[in-house]
Amino acid sequence: MSLQFLADGLFAGALIGLGAVGLTLTYSILRFSNFTHGDFISWGAYLALGVVSALTGWIGPAARFMPFSFGWPLIVGGLFAMALTGLLALALDAALFKPLRRTGHGIVMVIASFGASLALRAMLEFLFTSEPAYFSRAIQIAIPIGFGIRVTPDQAAMMGLALVVVIAMHLLLTRTHIGRSMRAVSENPALARVVGIDVAAVIRATWLIGGALACVSGIMLGLTVQIRPQMGFDLLLPLFAAAILGGIGSVWGAIIGGLIVGIAEAGAVQVIGSEYRSAVAFVLLIAMLLVRPRGLFGVREG
Amino acid sequence: MIDLLGYGAFFLVNALIFGVLCLGLNLQWGQTGLFNVGVAGFAAIGAYASAILTTPEAAERIGGFGWPILAGWLAAMLIAGAAAALVGLATLRLRADYLAMTTFGIAVTIQVVALNATALTGGPFGIAFIPRPFASLAETPIAFNAANLALTAAVVLGLFLVLETLTRSPWGRVLRAIREDEAAAASLGKSVNFYRLQAFAFGGAIMGLAGAMQAHFIGFIAPDNYLSILTFQVWAMLIVGGSGNNRGALIGAVVVWALWSLSSLAVGTFVAPAFQARAAALQIVAIGMALAVILLVRPRGLVGERATVSRDVEALHDEGAPAHEPVRD
Repeated sequence: MSLQFLADGLFAGALIGLGAVGLTLTYSILRFSNFTHGDFISWGAYLALGVVSALTGWIGPAARFMPFSFGWPLIVGGLFAMALTGLLALALDAALFKPLRRTGHGIVMVIASFGASLALRAMLEFLFTSEPAYFSRAIQIAIPIGFGIRVTPDQAAMMGLALVVVIAMHLLLTRTHIGRSMRAVSENPALARVVGIDVAAVIRATWLIGGALACVSGIMLGLTVQIRPQMGFDLLLPLFAAAILGGIGSVWGAIIGGLIVGIAEAGAVQVIGSEYRSAVAFVLLIAMLLVRPRGLFGVREG
Repeated sequence: MIDLLGYGAFFLVNALIFGVLCLGLNLQWGQTGLFNVGVAGFAAIGAYASAILTTPEAAERIGGFGWPILAGWLAAMLIAGAAAALVGLATLRLRADYLAMTTFGIAVTIQVVALNATALTGGPFGIAFIPRPFASLAETPIAFNAANLALTAAVVLGLFLVLETLTRSPWGRVLRAIREDEAAAASLGKSVNFYRLQAFAFGGAIMGLAGAMQAHFIGFIAPDNYLSILTFQVWAMLIVGGSGNNRGALIGAVVVWALWSLSSLAVGTFVAPAFQARAAALQIVAIGMALAVILLVRPRGLVGERATVSRDVEALHDEGAPAHEPVRD
């Protein structure tokens, strides 16, 4: 058996992990499972595509960074799109979730997010049709890196990016004021409010960060596979599985959960074929809920 | 005119089958507060179970049991109910959100199985030649649709009466007590998880019945019928009608299905074929936003739940001079 599935699984796992970090943060701070998170991933990819085509349309085609399939427009476009996806999440919060938070029923927000998810996805289908889109049609030659494993330059670059993003997230949550406030609110919102933490600012930061990370994972998926309106929603189950596996609220847990889900999916494809790939996440999720519902790194079940 | 009547009957059969799905969801969510995002999955289980058991032999898949339709319906309820019980056993003791994620996962998984377990489900091509009730009348569509409407209405009425009785029974009161205050219900000695499991399994069985009814009325099923859009439609119906109220669940089903069918008709009639896929997407955006607006503006829905008031309080009102309506939330 070739070890290629490990590399593929790690890559898929990294992008699942990045998505799951946003999901786990919104869950632990806003206390509801947000079904729109998958659609933030799709929107992030389309927004990046939009900015990139606007840039290249405006200045003309840019040279690629050999051996990668992309040049500086994707980097600039990606940064813009991260901000835009964060703003999209903020806007959705202002229009829908904030008023619902006041009425105070957590599960109603889940229903609302389910409806919003469908609307966001259908909006993409309306704007871009369900035909797949691509950042680049350049064909990448996979380079052997030993042990019979081949990796495309784009995949390697995206893995590096994922690592940088995770370390940045870790520093943000442990070393900055807003990061510490976020952790405080996730531990105990009432107590955090009492000691004077600006909960509204924490909620804004959570949406911005969650949206931006979703965008990164959308770009990773778009660059290596393709961009479709359904792509994020199809990732939702792996995202939930990763967040629960790692323990709700834990950033490193979400990343490790993502890697486990990614590798398990890639391994299962080797054994039972690709048809049942999307059931793997479900099996992991159920197994974890039965054995250890607080997850690998979760602190409590409350 | 005859055509219109026939279409009206056809429309009502479909709407009432959605009504059955809503009644199942209302038992789970409206009465007990159990959040199920896998409605499509339980409907699919019922549809496939009944279809496999009742269809004549087919070369490409397991089958040829040739059961009568009614037996297929009962098996659909049993199997979907058992599936719901299994999901419930795994997740009902955990936070409500975990039930949401798990039911979402089971719907995705069932769809994947329906798509790929070709030997059992016929794969992407689905199952055809599912026996239809009153198939002998199929020559005259109006008679066929009217007979099916009578049958569907009878099932809905029976189910409605059973659920209304259950809702008013001590059992129904325990469910609402759990929904409102789990700790209080537990402190009164009610086994919270067992009651929840019963409500969840029974609700799942009702959804399975609806799936089977739909499969037999249309005569053909395919995995694409059971995407998350179906779950979403049922939720929209229950919320528009008024969750917690069986009458509201049925009204919501008819109203939302009417809006959905009318807008589909408008898209089909007025939009150029090249843009129909886009217009259909816009239709979904509109329904999604409508659901969000209703949640924000009128969370009780059209009918809403009747306030439950102790009979002592009612007696007090009867004696006291200005009898007035109990305060509603």
